[in-house]
Amino acid sequence: MGNKQTIFTAQQLDAYQDCTYFTRKEILRLFDRYRDLAPQLVPLDYTSHPDVKLPYELIGSMPELKDNPFRQRIAEVFSEDGEGNMTLDDFLDMFSVLSEMAPRDLKAYYAFKIYDFNNDDFICKTDLEKTLNKLTRNELTEDEVRMVCEKVIDEADLDNDGRLSLEDFQHMIVRAPDFLSTFHIRI
Amino acid sequence: MRASRAGEGGEELQAERREKGRRKRARSDQEATGKERDKEEQPKIKSSKAVKTRKNVKNEKTKEMEEKQEEEEGEAEERNVKGKKKHGSAKKETREEDGGKRTVKEKAREEKKKKRKKVVETSSEQVTSEEDDNEEEDNEEKEVRPESLTPEELEMLKEAVDERKKLIQGLRGKPWSMKKKLVTLRESQEFVEKYEGALGKGKGRKLYAYKVMMTKKWMKFQRDFENFKTACIPWEMKIKEIESHFGSSVASYFIFLRWMYGINMILFCLTFGLVMVPEALMGRPYGTIPRKTVPRAEAASAMDFAVLWDFGGYAQYSVLFYGYYNNQRAIGWLKFRMPLSYFLVGVGTVAYSYMVVIRTMARNANESGVGDDNSFNFSWKMFTSWDYLIGNPETADNKFASITTSFKEAILEEQESRKDDNIHLTRFLRVLANFLVLCCLAGSGYLIYFVVRRSQKFALDGLENHTWWERNEVNMVMSLLGMFCPMLFDVISALENYHPRVALQWQLGRIFALFLGNLYTFIIALMDEINLKREEEKIIKFNITTWEASLYNSTVSENSTAPPITIQPADVPRGPCWETMVGQEFVRLIISDTMTTYITLLIGDFLRAVLVRFLNYCWCWDLEAGFPSYSEFDVSGNVLGLIFNQGMIWMGAFYAPCLPALNVLRLHVSMYLQCWAVMCCNVPQERVFKASGSNNFYMAMLLVILFLSTLPAIYTIVTIPPSFDCGPFSGKKRMFDVIQETLESDFPAWFSKVFSYASNPGLVLPFILLMVLAIYYLQSTSKSYKEANVELKKKLQTQNEENKKKNKLAALKAQTDLEEARKTASQSAELHKNNSASRQDQEDGEEDHGSCQRQYHNKNGRHPPPPVRDQDGQLPATRAPVPRTYHHVNHGSPGYLPGFPRQSEPKMHRVPSLQRH
Repeated sequence: MGNKQTIFTAQQLDAYQDCTYFTRKEILRLFDRYRDLAPQLVPLDYTSHPDVKLPYELIGSMPELKDNPFRQRIAEVFSEDGEGNMTLDDFLDMFSVLSEMAPRDLKAYYAFKIYDFNNDDFICKTDLEKTLNKLTRNELTEDEVRMVCEKVIDEADLDNDGRLSLEDFQHMIVRAPDFLSTFHIRI
Repeated sequence: MRASRAGEGGEELQAERREKGRRKRARSDQEATGKERDKEEQPKIKSSKAVKTRKNVKNEKTKEMEEKQEEEEGEAEERNVKGKKKHGSAKKETREEDGGKRTVKEKAREEKKKKRKKVVETSSEQVTSEEDDNEEEDNEEKEVRPESLTPEELEMLKEAVDERKKLIQGLRGKPWSMKKKLVTLRESQEFVEKYEGALGKGKGRKLYAYKVMMTKKWMKFQRDFENFKTACIPWEMKIKEIESHFGSSVASYFIFLRWMYGINMILFCLTFGLVMVPEALMGRPYGTIPRKTVPRAEAASAMDFAVLWDFGGYAQYSVLFYGYYNNQRAIGWLKFRMPLSYFLVGVGTVAYSYMVVIRTMARNANESGVGDDNSFNFSWKMFTSWDYLIGNPETADNKFASITTSFKEAILEEQESRKDDNIHLTRFLRVLANFLVLCCLAGSGYLIYFVVRRSQKFALDGLENHTWWERNEVNMVMSLLGMFCPMLFDVISALENYHPRVALQWQLGRIFALFLGNLYTFIIALMDEINLKREEEKIIKFNITTWEASLYNSTVSENSTAPPITIQPADVPRGPCWETMVGQEFVRLIISDTMTTYITLLIGDFLRAVLVRFLNYCWCWDLEAGFPSYSEFDVSGNVLGLIFNQGMIWMGAFYAPCLPALNVLRLHVSMYLQCWAVMCCNVPQERVFKASGSNNFYMAMLLVILFLSTLPAIYTIVTIPPSFDCGPFSGKKRMFDVIQETLESDFPAWFSKVFSYASNPGLVLPFILLMVLAIYYLQSTSKSYKEANVELKKKLQTQNEENKKKNKLAALKAQTDLEEARKTASQSAELHKNNSASRQDQEDGEEDHGSCQRQYHNKNGRHPPPPVRDQDGQLPATRAPVPRTYHHVNHGSPGYLPGFPRQSEPKMHRVPSLQRH
């Protein structure tokens, strides 16, 4: 098995398998996907940990993310620099969390970060409005948006501070029947 | 000395961590000030009178307090973020300390011990906080000699190693960045490596080393196996591609298809391996006995394609059908018990199917155990409605549209301004629609019955005199009905104006009823035919005896010494063999069903897509957007088709062992064909449904079909005697007599005796009774559990709502308080100096108040008086008399700030009470 590929060392592959929910084959496939985004940038040899980052424009143009209204947030949350520029590690991390195997809590944690647009560790009204507008492509009127946001806060805000903390969010999301089935990307 | 140094190191670490926390706090201060203020605002303003000056002073004070608090919080947060790792190390530390206490008396060892402890601690600290003082660690670790360790230390080390191992195992579930995970992984692995090696060196520890090695190997094997297993799942990439194009609901059909394929594969292996192959290899070859030979009359046309296509001729007299099998008890050099095997495989097929379906259902039920909770309607819509799988712009557009409409619907429902437009009309239309559907169902049932009857008449006449249509009428009519009635239902259901989800279920239910009706009409007609054949059989049996007698007489009279003349097996007259007939019917049905599926796929989807695509250039309206357009993938219809197909397999598999093989072939082909068709000529559904909820719905249908299809099969097996001259059970009264025969001849006498006792009704009936009772008991307990569950859920919900209401009330009060406080503050600005003396105490209370606000609200109104008393008793002593000047202005309870209005009183009381509890 080993001599077929020289992109990673066996230790690297093992380490990636320990750190993600992927099998060896999937990691290699993900690497291929990553490399396909910019073949001139990404070297074929990762054994010496090259410092390569793909800009967000490339990451966001992947077919898996292209149509996702939250693609920019996803890239920002998972990238090391917070701008959406991703190393291979970030890339693997992203798809590991979004894979089927990842547990609910982990997914909920990252979902919270994704919906927390202004990175203040709370989902406040502006975040909700942004989420809603992205979900409906600004089709709802302002009144409707306001009403929905109020309802959401009303439903999920347990400590009544007018915004959703991580605990509120987790409390709400673990009960959602299809959070797990929708919050994953098959790749 | 080393210990002290290490201690210093620890302190340094501690300090550094604190420093880090502070830094972190500083960083987040700008953002956090907002929230701090929020938290602080309520109590602060309550207590303040002279707004501005006070606020400044106060701000500083609170800041100081906050700083302490924040520091703790920061640390806690850090811990949280870093995950359980820190917990682990903390735990370890405490454990080590315990160990330390235990061995305090052993002074000689103590120093060494501490050293070790420090090593462990520092190294763990290092990993968690990513602070690199490698040199220290290395220095110390070099001095560690495993031989010099005491058993306790070894134990500790083992624990540490185990801790690390656990960490490595759970690493992928940590919300860290990959870099950090990799670093942690490397360090933990190094740690484990080092100390595991150390642990392995001493004598008597070989076992441990061996165990470690084996677990490593085992892990590696497991990983490889896992890799292998995922590589073995067929069509994964195809399904993923479809999933990304069409969303999860279409993909769910293909996953279902794959699952079905798996089941059929196993059924096929059973029948193929235990029935067909042994018979073909070890049974008597073709042409040796009448049942294995094509009769003389048919021999001429036995190889014609038309006959073979109908599964007559050579196909009929082969291992594919029941009639070919001989009733020889044991065949070949293996002494393979053919009839027994045939019977057991038939039973096993059904049993296995039941098991699989029920197990899958149970698993699905477990997974979707939550749900039907409506308290987070909007939140769920907001956060879980986007399907991250979608990777196709069209699907995405549809999804956006459907999300928008669902929000609008929800808003309308929420506002309850939706008035039903003419309820009478909708009611009437619904009744009408159901009436029409019932008419359709009855009509189709009658049509099938009529056609089957007619075909029997044709069959009596002899098939050769009729056209192709007349011969294949039954199957064609059934397939056509199955094709067109759902469309009709679709049109009818447009009348009803249901919510699409409800409409889908109605539609499914109707198609289910249609298919079921058709299938059962078919079976009833088949039963008629079986009875006819049995009549025929009786006559033929009589004829054969006379024929044999005449044959015998003639041979005897001609020459008595010669061996009896051999009659070609093809010339021997034989019975009609109804079992083969039934098997043939089912096989034909499956074939025609498959054909119609494929042809509709090609015409309805492919041809339509081609026409729409290319005629669009020269057409007067836009074909793609307008009337014909491209077809959508019909998930429910396809799933139902699959389910019914499976039902026919289950029904017919006993009489035609080739059915599972045929079905495997069919599913295999349709997997590729449908994948291709979906990707090339279907458009995503306009309303994208989630498939998760309906999964068990399909499973339940499958179970119903399984039950309904095993029913006639079992009925025929149990009640109708097998044909006298064909099949593995010929010559027996009933098919299941084969069990008895085996018991009598292959098992020791005592076994059959025991079995006969056990099968005696006196024992069986109580046993069945017991089972019924057990089922009843289990069912009632599960029911009560469910009820309790619902009750608890309700309670929880009401409690939540109450809490929320209370919180809101509190917030409202706080607001009014604030206003009042401002008012009073302006009046009594001159008195703020006095109050500032008591502010400190006040703040203490307030902070607690803030943090456990929720709890008091639960208790609100339950026991307000005692705390008042307590306060009365206590506070005057501890507090300066200053507030007393005000408390008569308010309500007489001491310790109140003048700004405090009436409403907030109970809240304040609760503070001390909580502190005391």
